[in-house]
Amino acid sequence: MARINSPAELEALRKDILSKRDPNKPCITLCSGSACNASGSREVAAKLEEEISQQGLSNDVDVRKTGCHGFCERGPIIVIRPEEICYFQIKPEDVPEIVSQTIKEKKVIDRLLYTDPNTKEKIIHESEIPFYKNQGRIVFGSNVSVDPKSIEDYLAIGGYSALAKALSQMNPDQVLQEVKKANLRGRGGGGFPAGSKWEGTRNAPGDIKYVIVNADEGDPGAYMDRSLLEGNPHAVLEGLTIGAFAVGAHEGYIYVRQEYPLAVENVNIAIKTAEELGLLGKNILGSGFDFVVKVHRGAGAFVCGESTALMTALEGRAGEPRPKYIRSNVVGLWGRPSVLNNVETWANVPLIINKGADWFTQLGTDSSKGTKIFSLVGKITNTGLVEVPMGTPLKDIIFDIGGGIPGGKKFKAVQTGGPSGGCIPEHLLDLPVGFDELTKAGSMMGSGGMIVMDEDTCMVDVARYFLEFLTDESCGKCVPCREGMRQMLKILTRMTKGKGKEGDIELLEELAETAQEAALCALGKSSPNPFLSTLKYFRQEYEAHVKEKRCPALSCKELIAFYIDPEKCQACTSCARKCPSDAIVGGKNLIHLVDQEKCTKCGTCFEVCPPRFRAVKKISGEPVPPRIPEEARTIVREGKQK
Amino acid sequence: MSDILFSIDGKEVKATQGMTVLEAAHKAGISIPTLCYHEKLEPFGGCRLCIVEVESRGSTRLVVSCVYPAEKNIVVRTRSEKVDRIRKMILELLMAHAPDAFDLQDLAKEYGADRNRFEKEPSFCIHCGLCVRYCNEIKKKNAIGFVDRGIRKEISFVPEIASKECWGCKECFPLCPTEALQAAYVLVEALAAFPSPSLKPASGE
Amino acid sequence: MDRERIDQIIDEHLCEPSSLIQVLLQMQAENHWLPKEALERVAERLQVPMTRIQHIATFYKAFSLVPKGRHEIHICVGTACHVRGAQRVLDTVEGVTGIRPGETDLDLKFSLETVNCLGCCALGPVMEIDGKTHGKMAPAETAAVLKNYE
Repeated sequence: MARINSPAELEALRKDILSKRDPNKPCITLCSGSACNASGSREVAAKLEEEISQQGLSNDVDVRKTGCHGFCERGPIIVIRPEEICYFQIKPEDVPEIVSQTIKEKKVIDRLLYTDPNTKEKIIHESEIPFYKNQGRIVFGSNVSVDPKSIEDYLAIGGYSALAKALSQMNPDQVLQEVKKANLRGRGGGGFPAGSKWEGTRNAPGDIKYVIVNADEGDPGAYMDRSLLEGNPHAVLEGLTIGAFAVGAHEGYIYVRQEYPLAVENVNIAIKTAEELGLLGKNILGSGFDFVVKVHRGAGAFVCGESTALMTALEGRAGEPRPKYIRSNVVGLWGRPSVLNNVETWANVPLIINKGADWFTQLGTDSSKGTKIFSLVGKITNTGLVEVPMGTPLKDIIFDIGGGIPGGKKFKAVQTGGPSGGCIPEHLLDLPVGFDELTKAGSMMGSGGMIVMDEDTCMVDVARYFLEFLTDESCGKCVPCREGMRQMLKILTRMTKGKGKEGDIELLEELAETAQEAALCALGKSSPNPFLSTLKYFRQEYEAHVKEKRCPALSCKELIAFYIDPEKCQACTSCARKCPSDAIVGGKNLIHLVDQEKCTKCGTCFEVCPPRFRAVKKISGEPVPPRIPEEARTIVREGKQK
Repeated sequence: MSDILFSIDGKEVKATQGMTVLEAAHKAGISIPTLCYHEKLEPFGGCRLCIVEVESRGSTRLVVSCVYPAEKNIVVRTRSEKVDRIRKMILELLMAHAPDAFDLQDLAKEYGADRNRFEKEPSFCIHCGLCVRYCNEIKKKNAIGFVDRGIRKEISFVPEIASKECWGCKECFPLCPTEALQAAYVLVEALAAFPSPSLKPASGE
Repeated sequence: MDRERIDQIIDEHLCEPSSLIQVLLQMQAENHWLPKEALERVAERLQVPMTRIQHIATFYKAFSLVPKGRHEIHICVGTACHVRGAQRVLDTVEGVTGIRPGETDLDLKFSLETVNCLGCCALGPVMEIDGKTHGKMAPAETAAVLKNYE
């Protein structure tokens, strides 16, 4: 394709692309995001292409490998357009049937459809499936229509029209004002108004300014940014270019964490193809505006998600944060004004420019406008990426979209905001998601990770887990974080091992205050949050660990024992066979026993004991009942007397 | 350049553009405890001992005075219940590493820090960074640096450079608040291990 | 590591000191570890002090200063996997391989690392070996999976 030199030529190209696409031609869109790849979508893709060519249908049907669709629990996913027939958990063996039945004969294959867990009816169309229906996917929705490696796909859905509008019909100040009016708040964790940040950079002295995409996404359990960057890199590039125009930057950086190779690959392809078309680089769309983008890979450090640490890493140093008394939008990368925003924040920009701030502010609450993409993971039926308007109640997300807790277990808490956030308990499930609402409840929005926990999750262990994570990731420069967390981790670890002492909780609270008040950066300052929020809502669990040496959730290994109830055991031998440590003593017709010395508390016996017996029990805070006498171990079965 | 006027502990102080609150305090003869600060080195902001309360534009917050820029009309308080509480905790955390450190004794007494509050840690180093920064900024030899991060962070000599430069220099030794114990120890260990097949000092953790 | 290749990588990054991390990442990817002589060459050409390279090579988890095993096992201990029982999987793997995270066994067969989220939360608990993802791992299955690797 030839280089585009004006908005008019862009529209001409777009029309040309669309004219060559028949909306009624069958198209198989296959989710090819990292998670589906891990579930085998590459093999499915290969089989699809082979089967289509074998059946002579290469000219009659397209295959489009798209980015993440979001319903990760059920991957690999195929959506056949134009009918929107949605098939889940596809294996290569299913492909021949899909091609011959659905493509050729337009017949739907029942067993591959989604089944509603309540009504048990099968749902054919993507948009009717509750998981998708109850969302509002203004940003993420494009993922299902676009092959991330194809700029034509992005142009076909209207891509780069916002950039053309900004460059040809607006001036930088107007772009800035529109973003301000939309009240777009940072989607990376801070929730800081992007418009104000941009304005600070625009007004800062200096000719050289930078715009940066934070794609470090360090919060464990959060992968929204990865799916956006992998699945629709052009949307992020377009937003970044518009932002650069608004603040007067000519150089941009995309900092991608090292663990996301596919995102790096796709964004590099996007940059190259955009440059070839003149949508990036010199004299974009003939407007006279120059802008280049470089990709910089992270090297495995959570702290580099903090904006000043990220900039330090971009300079080729160890990512130690800097004090933020002078904000980085004035003194940032190389000491110059730098706007750093999250992937999702940038991806919202083209929408705001195209549809206007008034449209954007219709969605959401008073203080949190627009939508947010969450990664709904953990003890949840429908694990995946979910986009909803701000203000949606947590319980709608967890139950209507997420399908509730699997295995009939009870909801306990949902952790939001990653290691800087906190847990929201059941009695607050009506809480609408929004920056301020979540902060008031003792948590925070963070980047959008939503980890659902059930009755089997120990909240003291959750606090210990996050502290362990943070002590590993802390840069180590300041005392409150490095030393404070070192001691907090020691105390919490002792608690989970039954060695908690009187005064531990109070000491933890003191250490928490020191970190919150005196730490150098946001990692340190927010490090006590998981502890403080679990203490606030689950204090009784802490007290049980310290005073009774008991884990109410029956989770902490040193505080629980596995015990086989002699009244219930029917010597089916399932547990003895599966035990990886040979810790179960038993045999045919002999009541089984757990050898407590050998038991590693892996929990396998508990899981494999057939539900009709439920003989294996977890106990905590009480001694293991004494071993029953040998004579009593023989099971006498009715009608089987020897 | 116009002077920046503000107050510390009720006393009016004058600062010039670019000064930090700590520098202004020193100039006015007001003392604020420090550990990682050295007048010849760039401020580090690691020990947080110089933390002070700053009231500006109607709100009060805690800031680290060695890095915080002097600002017109701010009200600075070098002591308060919260400031004292935090300094006490910082000292107690540091004394878990170096309970006998000379520089910590007077401060511990003043703030009522209990040297036995926390279990003792194996490493003497309190990460003030003075040795690393001095060698980097003043001597420009870069014979010693930091390795790793978080609770595993350590200081480490580069054997090839240290073996040439350190014996004849040793200017960082008196800077070490824990009385050069760690510096000497690590140096000896590094030289003894030379030539070493790997950069990482033998981990004793 | 071949000195010529190191120089090539440095030149590809225009010998800029700020590209230090990117250069090291490429070296790590190709060589699976960073030998001391390789780092000395980088220090020489990029004109950065060895202490800075030392700090970066140990600060960031992606780099290894010692040779790695033939098979790299990564156990995800992200929050979603943790809540689904990743610790138990890790304990069993430690038992089977005899090594703990950060270590390599004496035969240079396995290297074990924990990672904080591979982004396959729907498949948790996740174990990745040589880049291949094994999802929905149960402790009892780990021994069988590891047996397949020579």
